Amino acid sequence: MRTTEKIDGYDLSTSDTEEVHVLAVDDSLVDRKVIERLLRISSCKVTAVDSGRRALQYLGLDEEIQKKETNGFDGLKVDLIITDYCMPGMTGYELLKKVKESSAFREIPVVIMSSENVIARIDRCLEKGAEDFIVKPVKLSDVKRIIDYTTTELREGEQRGARARRRGINKRKQREGDDDLSSSPPSTLSSSTSSSPSSSIQSATAPLSPSTLDSPTRRLKMTSSE
Amino acid sequence: MDVVNQLQRQFIDYSASLHREGFLDDQFTQLQKLQDDNSPDFVVEVASLFFEDCEKLINNMARALEQQQGVDFKQVDASVHQLKGSSSSIGAMRVKDVCIAFRSFCEAQNREGCLRCLQQVTHEYSLLKNKLQTLFRVHITTCSY
Repeated sequence: MRTTEKIDGYDLSTSDTEEVHVLAVDDSLVDRKVIERLLRISSCKVTAVDSGRRALQYLGLDEEIQKKETNGFDGLKVDLIITDYCMPGMTGYELLKKVKESSAFREIPVVIMSSENVIARIDRCLEKGAEDFIVKPVKLSDVKRIIDYTTTELREGEQRGARARRRGINKRKQREGDDDLSSSPPSTLSSSTSSSPSSSIQSATAPLSPSTLDSPTRRLKMTSSE
Repeated sequence: MDVVNQLQRQFIDYSASLHREGFLDDQFTQLQKLQDDNSPDFVVEVASLFFEDCEKLINNMARALEQQQGVDFKQVDASVHQLKGSSSSIGAMRVKDVCIAFRSFCEAQNREGCLRCLQQVTHEYSLLKNKLQTLFRVHITTCSY
């Protein structure tokens, strides 16, 4: 049927072929070079900066720099932040806090890297909402694991948004008996579908208590399935 | 090509001996795996950055330890911490091990111990630099065939 084809032909997901864009933060030039390569090999777009301050500037969160655009983005939408813990000026933990306290960016997963395998430090980061904690030196398997579930979460987010759109469209059709899908979507549709999949991974950012962790250094966020 | 095979074997043998002697650890092998046709000189580039880092940090440590008025051990420790980090990231095991000892002396505010470690770290860095440069020469020669 024509209407079914139209629904099926509706552009539900654009993110399948898009690369994950990672903002990597590390004051060490050597480590920046390595993490950049690890991420590129894992098919990511990478923006590498040398401080927490620069990371905030890139996101548009630096208080001293006025946001010119409405969403404050300087560049591409960031899907993931990977940051070193020990940095002069702003630590990775402080950067994590600032990101999680921001309404615009709190949904972006933040991964902490540290050469020190200190349980208290790991717990503190996870409690503040860190997605994961990697002990340095970072290996390809660490990066692959993180990119895998970031991609899964992004895709699931898109799919949830798409399903919501489909439901919204169907509901509207039932109400109005209207074949025309080009009219503006009803207000019941999630507004996040056109931007980052922020609302769909909300559940993933709620901090898990240490007792639910598989291991102190690793925690896979399980997104709620529909 | 027999020459290429020979060179490749030389590379593998030399690389293996560096691992055996403790100059390099598994992290270096990890970095070698990240090298491919898109990024054929990745390891050489990282190593170059590492050596620049070493020189800068060793100078910082030396300057801080020279202070007659009183050594700022926190400053020395900060540099050692950085060196430990980058040596760990590249797989420079012997350099990293000296850094670990170095940090204990910083914590104990032991100037003599720190100076000894500084000497050791300088020595290990020079050794490694020589050996890696040999390794890279073989690598580059192999690639040019």
